[in-house]
Amino acid sequence: MSRFDWLSELLVRLEEEHAITRGGDWQGLAPAYRLQLDAADWGTAGRLAAAMGLRHAGLWADPLAPSETPDGVSVIRVQACLCHEGDDLVLETEIPVAHPVIASHTPFYPGVDRLERHAHDLTGVIFNQHPDPRRWTRHRAWADDQYPLRPEFPRAGLGERRTPADADYPFVRIQGSGVYEIPVGPVHAGIIEPGHFRFQAAGEEVLRLEERLGYVHRGIEKLAVGRDPAGLVRLAGRVSGDSTVAHAWAACQALERATGGVLPARAASLRALLAERERIANHLGDIGAICNDVGFAFAHVQCARLREHWLRRNAALFGHRLLMDLLIPGGVVRDLSESEFRQLRQDHAELKRAVAPVFAVIEDHPPLDDRLIGTGILSRADAQALGCTGFVGKASGLGLDRRHDCPVPPYDQLRVEVATETAGDVAARVRVRIREVRASLWMLDRLLDALPAGEIQTPLPTPAPGAMGLGLVDGWRGETLCFVRFGAQGRIARYFPRDPSWFTWPALERLIIGNIVPDFPVCNKSVNASYAGADL
Amino acid sequence: MLRILRQALRIGVVTEPSPVHDDAELTRLGVELRRQIDARLGGSLAIRHVDVGSCNACELEIHALANPYHDLERFGLHFVASPRHADVLLVTGVVSRHMETALRRTWRATPAPKYVIAAGTCACDGGELGDSYAGHGPVERLIPVDLKIPGCPPAPIDLIKGLLGAFAAR
Repeated sequence: MSRFDWLSELLVRLEEEHAITRGGDWQGLAPAYRLQLDAADWGTAGRLAAAMGLRHAGLWADPLAPSETPDGVSVIRVQACLCHEGDDLVLETEIPVAHPVIASHTPFYPGVDRLERHAHDLTGVIFNQHPDPRRWTRHRAWADDQYPLRPEFPRAGLGERRTPADADYPFVRIQGSGVYEIPVGPVHAGIIEPGHFRFQAAGEEVLRLEERLGYVHRGIEKLAVGRDPAGLVRLAGRVSGDSTVAHAWAACQALERATGGVLPARAASLRALLAERERIANHLGDIGAICNDVGFAFAHVQCARLREHWLRRNAALFGHRLLMDLLIPGGVVRDLSESEFRQLRQDHAELKRAVAPVFAVIEDHPPLDDRLIGTGILSRADAQALGCTGFVGKASGLGLDRRHDCPVPPYDQLRVEVATETAGDVAARVRVRIREVRASLWMLDRLLDALPAGEIQTPLPTPAPGAMGLGLVDGWRGETLCFVRFGAQGRIARYFPRDPSWFTWPALERLIIGNIVPDFPVCNKSVNASYAGADL
Repeated sequence: MLRILRQALRIGVVTEPSPVHDDAELTRLGVELRRQIDARLGGSLAIRHVDVGSCNACELEIHALANPYHDLERFGLHFVASPRHADVLLVTGVVSRHMETALRRTWRATPAPKYVIAAGTCACDGGELGDSYAGHGPVERLIPVDLKIPGCPPAPIDLIKGLLGAFAAR
């Protein structure tokens, strides 16, 4: 099978429907194919892509100032990334700011529902035929006719002094005898991020869950405007603190692709090393926390011990427990010395030995099985419809992993085992994570074995104004996307990070149905979507 | 059951020496903190954590306070589920406008005397995120802050030191 052999079929189908393609190119967003469409054909393209089984990897809008367009008229450029068989296609169209209307992709791809609402709240694009036009990211910090990502909107906002609570958000309610509502959040009982959950329940059973997020909307996309590449990567490292390597890597990759920068082979391997360390640290923490949520403190304490040990090694070797600010455009900041190299090898062997008895208990402990098997089942169909990647998709039978499907160095030289399960329940998500810890440990040793010699950074070339780049990496949580467009003088004009949580949050709403309310924490933890990563 | 016991016995208590941090200092800080809490708060300190716009890194490190290496509860500090049970609000993140009212209400719900600790660079001075249409920046712009623990994120040892500072200074 050759690369992109499905693309010609999509183009033929588009032509059959008399869709006007305004040209496609391999350069603008390489290695993805960029297909420019007439705005009127946006919906058709979405429908045909869905019919061909393409996966929607996200959608974003990019308002261009008059000075940035050839004919001096403000337009909003809308782009969507679609993936199939390891290849990426970016659909692109432009609509006038005066009449920013475009067809919605949500009827064909339910997972992009909130991405479209987010794009509307921040840029003013109106998505026709969107089944749910309620606000999403906007609460009451700005008015409904203001759009923060438009160039004329000041970064500091329009000076509202106090922001009231978003009290009148129209939640969907279920009426009926014995049906009651449980509002939870935004300030939760534990040490977690803020968000609101609205349960409709009868007895103990959850009939419906509706999430209301956006509480940690920090304006990341606006804060990125005007930054230099290094500043952007620092910001990217703070989109979601537990995925700092994943987001920083995606941003670096986008910047390097936009400028034609070359990443030294040693730097690529070190980035992968950091990414796998991040994966292991998060999985260890979460496996323990899932067990703790059903009262099995033993696993929690043991996993927390191993995680802490791992984080301390991060601090000792890389200078940061969570690996922040270690990636820079064009490379990484820390190299490994010979003794550190040996230290890591020893660590990997030690962790491998240490997890064995703990995982053996977790994998075969009847009281745990009682609570985790059959709990929070996400069907394969739902996972696919929503576009779930990472361990959530893998536990429901979707073997999507960019490290395997379309590897960038150093993964092209590594055997990547994609751990998939079919049950789709909490237990399956735990098993996938356990297998990923083992696989990453194996990979870490192979990365050290084959660590190329040479530089760890090269300067990033000067970007052309308007240059765009798309970064896509497989973080511990799943596929992490990053879009970057440069403005004048090498400054960032648009940054959009798409965390995998955009697609796993709606999965949580589906998998909780029919479960009992007290099992919500364990279901939530087993998915562990990021609030900050999706609120932006 | 035997496997669990065997593992638990084999690993034993790890709350003692650790390879990287200065353990003597950890113990000294802990003992000092314990003394302060005994003297001023009747033996225990209840902390309510509020995230008002953090990236979750601070939360991960606050979680690490409970792991067997740090075991914060041995010093009489514990995290509570409601601000009404709390002596201290531990606030992380730049104050997002969407969390503004929630933070004010949480602060009002905390009984006096109350201490507010801003943890992490974002909460202390805005950090990388700072002012924007979506955020107010540091926590002290909304509610009075008694102590700042900077760091992006602050390591668990910094949090313990900071908590000690909060009471030693009074």
